[in-house]
Amino acid sequence: MIDAADQIFVIAKRLLLSLLMWAPDWVVQVVSSLMNVAAVLGVFLVLFALISVFERKILGRIQNRYGPNRVGPFGLLQPVADGIKMLIKEDIVPRGADKAVHFLAPVAMVAPAILALGVIPYGRNMTAFSIDAGILFFFAVGSATELAVFMAGWSSNNKYSMLGAMRAIAQMVSYELPLIITVLPVVMIAGSLSPDQIVAAQNGYLFGLVPKWFVLTPWGAVAFILFFTASLVESNRTPFDLPEGESELVAGHMTEYSGFKYATFFMAEYFGMFAVSGLAVTLFLGGWHAPAAFLQFIPSWIWFFLKLSVLLFTFIWIRGTLPRVRIDQVMKLAWTFMLPMAFSCLLAAAAWHYISSAALGWFSSLLIVGIAYAGLSKILEARKHLSVRTYQFAE
Amino acid sequence: MNLLSILPFAVIAAITLAGALAAAALPNLVHAALSLVLAFLGVAAFFFLLGAEFIGLVQVIVYVGAVAVLIVFTILLTRSDSGRPGYMNWGGVPVALAVLAGLLWALSRTALPAGQAGAAAPLTVLGIGQTLMNQYVWPLQAVGVVLTAALVGAVVLVMEEKR
Repeated sequence: MIDAADQIFVIAKRLLLSLLMWAPDWVVQVVSSLMNVAAVLGVFLVLFALISVFERKILGRIQNRYGPNRVGPFGLLQPVADGIKMLIKEDIVPRGADKAVHFLAPVAMVAPAILALGVIPYGRNMTAFSIDAGILFFFAVGSATELAVFMAGWSSNNKYSMLGAMRAIAQMVSYELPLIITVLPVVMIAGSLSPDQIVAAQNGYLFGLVPKWFVLTPWGAVAFILFFTASLVESNRTPFDLPEGESELVAGHMTEYSGFKYATFFMAEYFGMFAVSGLAVTLFLGGWHAPAAFLQFIPSWIWFFLKLSVLLFTFIWIRGTLPRVRIDQVMKLAWTFMLPMAFSCLLAAAAWHYISSAALGWFSSLLIVGIAYAGLSKILEARKHLSVRTYQFAE
Repeated sequence: MNLLSILPFAVIAAITLAGALAAAALPNLVHAALSLVLAFLGVAAFFFLLGAEFIGLVQVIVYVGAVAVLIVFTILLTRSDSGRPGYMNWGGVPVALAVLAGLLWALSRTALPAGQAGAAAPLTVLGIGQTLMNQYVWPLQAVGVVLTAALVGAVVLVMEEKR
């Protein structure tokens, strides 16, 4: 019974495929992959619709107002109204724009985000696209977004678009480094680049209560915080949303987009957020494993989406709490703090791996991370000189 | 060879060649750079087709994620007419043809291990790592030193001079 609830989608898919018994092998394969694609798209489009209304409601709660509450019960049908509005809006392409690139940019933006969603295990035996180097695949498709942002910014033929695209590319390139290096300790300990095996490596409980997730080790905790911060930057969320910077750059590379193309950008941003949060859950929060042994009767996919929701809520919470930082602060954080800390995680994970005694390994990796943090803050504090800012082009 | 196994190859080859041709022929430099990205992706797809997952993914990370961005930034920062059409340099055509002829000649003279196509062991990440860390550890370290030197040089070049 428990197993049936856990594997309900896997069994359903097998039943549907058994209707295709008469077909040749390659037809079954194609239909099987199409079903996976349809499932991923369906689930995340619904999640996108849900989060677009919940984000506004949570932000409203943080800012002491109601948020959307007119369409449907509690404003829950707001995404339907938004969708219809976006579809019937006029699509404006500037006269000076490069038509072909301007048209292709939203497509090039959303495609990698959807591809990245494919390699994440959503439950036991529930990976849409299971390959050995899944983590590498995630970052390979993710690196294509920078080019899409450039296409959008350049083709719009607008200075705000170009400035926004430049900022976006600069911060995405800078934070890709800490993002990937914080993944390395996990890959090193799990001994695999496959998301399924990384989840499997976090199986088991200490005394049946404390899960063996990587976030509960000293190096894993630090790596998780760094990864989460870098993922805020990669998905252009507050406090690192300077590429959009509504108050100074209108909307960055999306300035010259309207109607459904703008919605596509919006969707790509949220899909990117889902993908990177899903990866964080997979790498550090034990994937689809239950947080305690006696809670294992709840299906694995429920646990995955619960953890995903917690991370997404944190994204929104941070957006409602923190102000936007300056571009030089973003860059400085990446190169002077995040990168050395990421390397210290790597060292700490190596100590954890090679010291055979569990307690000694725990303390030595904690020591390495602690020394790195204390040393870095000391050096950065000493080199910080606060003074009145001098402006070159303004008073 | 049946149709099903040759079809993916034909499709990928057509896309790669179209991208490469557009990169050479398009008058607008940024368009040419973006077409080049298409050709890069086609090459990555070929690696996938050959079962070399790791090389294919690294091809995407390095060429699409880094080299392409470098190319478009170089175009934007060095030319003021990046949006306007340029001209086609026909002098390059004989050179390209000569290179192609040379490569074809070398290819025809190379003794290919016959009958072993597709039988090679799958190229795993673990295998690549072990080869790099055991057999080729010194060349790897040497490359690391050279790249670090290049990095330091780049930083020195762009560093603000102290007044």
